[in-house]
Amino acid sequence: MYDYLWLIPFFPLVGFVFNGLFGKKIRNEAVIGGIGTLMIFLSFLVSCGNFFTLLNDSEKVHQQVIASWMSVGQLQIDWGFLFDPLSALMIMVVTGVGTLIHLYSIGYMHGETGFYRYFAYLNLFCFSMLMLVLGNNALVMFVGWEGVGLCSYLLIGYYFDKKSAGDAAKKAFVVNRIGDFGFLCGLLVLFWSLGSKGVWTFNFVEIAENAHLLQTGGVVVTVVTLAFFLGATGKSAQIPLYTWLPDAMEGPTPVSALIHAATMVTAGVYMIARLNGLFGMAPDTMMVIAVVGATTAIFAASIGLAQNDIKRVLAYSTVSQLGYMFLAMGVGAFSAGIFHLMTHAFFKACLFLGSGSVIHGMHHAYHKAHLHDDPQDMRNMGGLRKKMPITFITFLVSTIAISGLPFFSGFFSKDEILWWAFAGERGHWMLWLVGAIAAGMTAFYMFRLVFMTFFGEQKTDARAKDHIPESPLTITLPLMILGTLAVVGGFWGIPHALGNIFGHMPNYLENFLAPVFEHTQELNGLEIKPEMAHSAALEFGMMGVSVGIAVFGIFLAWVMYIKNPALPGKFVASFTGLWRVVYNKWFIDELYAAVIVNNCKRIGTFLWKGIDVKIVDGIVNGTAWAVKGIGGGLRYTQSGFLHNYAMGMVVGVVVIVGYYIFG
Amino acid sequence: MITVYHYMILSAIIFSIGTFGVLTRKNAIVIFMCIELMLNAVNLTFIALSRHLQNMDGQIFVFFVMTVAAAEAAVGLALMIAFYRNRESIDTDDFNMLKW
Repeated sequence: MYDYLWLIPFFPLVGFVFNGLFGKKIRNEAVIGGIGTLMIFLSFLVSCGNFFTLLNDSEKVHQQVIASWMSVGQLQIDWGFLFDPLSALMIMVVTGVGTLIHLYSIGYMHGETGFYRYFAYLNLFCFSMLMLVLGNNALVMFVGWEGVGLCSYLLIGYYFDKKSAGDAAKKAFVVNRIGDFGFLCGLLVLFWSLGSKGVWTFNFVEIAENAHLLQTGGVVVTVVTLAFFLGATGKSAQIPLYTWLPDAMEGPTPVSALIHAATMVTAGVYMIARLNGLFGMAPDTMMVIAVVGATTAIFAASIGLAQNDIKRVLAYSTVSQLGYMFLAMGVGAFSAGIFHLMTHAFFKACLFLGSGSVIHGMHHAYHKAHLHDDPQDMRNMGGLRKKMPITFITFLVSTIAISGLPFFSGFFSKDEILWWAFAGERGHWMLWLVGAIAAGMTAFYMFRLVFMTFFGEQKTDARAKDHIPESPLTITLPLMILGTLAVVGGFWGIPHALGNIFGHMPNYLENFLAPVFEHTQELNGLEIKPEMAHSAALEFGMMGVSVGIAVFGIFLAWVMYIKNPALPGKFVASFTGLWRVVYNKWFIDELYAAVIVNNCKRIGTFLWKGIDVKIVDGIVNGTAWAVKGIGGGLRYTQSGFLHNYAMGMVVGVVVIVGYYIFG
Repeated sequence: MITVYHYMILSAIIFSIGTFGVLTRKNAIVIFMCIELMLNAVNLTFIALSRHLQNMDGQIFVFFVMTVAAAEAAVGLALMIAFYRNRESIDTDDFNMLKW
């Protein structure tokens, strides 16, 4: 089965080439959307085949080389795939969620002018993402890494006639470049430092095998991993490079679901998991990652509390949840982080698609009533649960999942992360506390969103309120599938304490991923602290606390937005300053603009007007002026009179002859 | 007795007259005739020296020069007619269109 691994990225590439070349001529949405969806679905089928083969295979790490890329001295770089439990899980998420989102897009993007362009980009994205997760060496991964960045740029700027969309696309690209710079620095330092020990390689397996050549906790490992982590903060929207993700909501909603929630933004988490052998050796970096992750989780959640745009709330929620994943990576809970990545892909994709369904309905209603209100503003919604029952149910289920109520998928993954943050060898009670508070905030703002959108009175303009339809089946079907996954997806990774209650149900996910992470965790002592490892009571206690915090958040949202709708207004009135700061995203964008962007612009202006115009252009133009001057002078020798030329010849002959005679 | 020096001096005088004419006259036909004069002065030198040195090479060369001069006369006169058709003049000062 592994021989067909190359088909997984190949199918979306075919879809991209087909839609990119012929889509404009075809103009038939059923054909374009059908091809795009079929291609990613085929690659999903191949992924399933490979995945189940791997499940029953005793040998868990497979490499498939497709072709040689370059060969320099001892260094051999291939177009090769690495298929192990980690990449198997990732391709299942990417192709599975990808298929659903392609299907959804057929309904959502209906009637858009660039329909073929959209599907071509979406397929190209899937191809790049699959290259990223399947690549067996860091350079193939880098190709995918840049490819997904490009597709993200193209799709954020999909409505390029809107200035804000173009700006957001540029911002995403530029911020990601900063991260990519870190990635490249890390890669090259790693390459040279391993090379100086005699191992010239980019291959992940070889890097993991030879990581012991570098000193644990040494400067080299720390610098390399920090640089890689900078790359991860760019791609995965962590502090300090998270600012592009909320703006990326300018793209079509399915794009936000696929790229900016489920897959691309998790690339940073995946990269750290892939290089776990290196990161495990750098405790300082791990600490930085854990702190940055926890800070991002609570910081982004706090911004999400006060936003009114339905997609922006979800965007900050994504940043916050990614923070959890990095927290998990930082405390050495690799499989918990990947688990959260998976469950987050399910429920966040479902949430984004649900919000897309709401926006679709609102847009439809406003369009019918010839109004130009903002279809994304939650203050215009309310009471939609009767209008869009399927969207409501799936949205509610996913919201419960992300809030971490027991036995929904988010509960298992988030609690495992919090447990590790508290009880892990690299954990600390403060990390746990921050994570738990962020979980409470998450529950609050997510239920605030649900209450404002689906409950209460309908606040839509009276002329439009009766025209809000439930979305068509292409939109609701993915919602139902993702909603189901958001409920049951967590049972794949039940924590040990709970598993014991269910009759020794093992943690399938942890066992499945063990071949990838076990070695690192044993080698570097990344385990639960021994004094807490067997205390089921403590684990249940922690679970109880975090569930309690989540329930409190939900209750607070219920009090503020259902029971007593006047309360938020009063709160804003009494804490105007605080509210304004949070509403304006802590003024981080303005801070960056003042400190970094403007200074960069100033340097750029100096280089432009000072160096380029005056010095570089001066040299070039000066050369031209000199030549022109010399030519202008010599021009007078060409008088055009025959006698002058004849005279010149005669004088010349006389001089030459005279020289030979008298010389 | 007319020695080879007399021939040489005569040919030098004719050559100088031709050169002077080329440099001073404006009428293209006159310039053309002056060039013929220069060519024939050289021919005279060839013949005189050929006789003096008892070597026939110079005389053969003269035939070549005369052939080339005849061809040149045909081409030159054709050019002159073409000029005249364009400018109604064969004054060299009028042929300055390639000048800046």
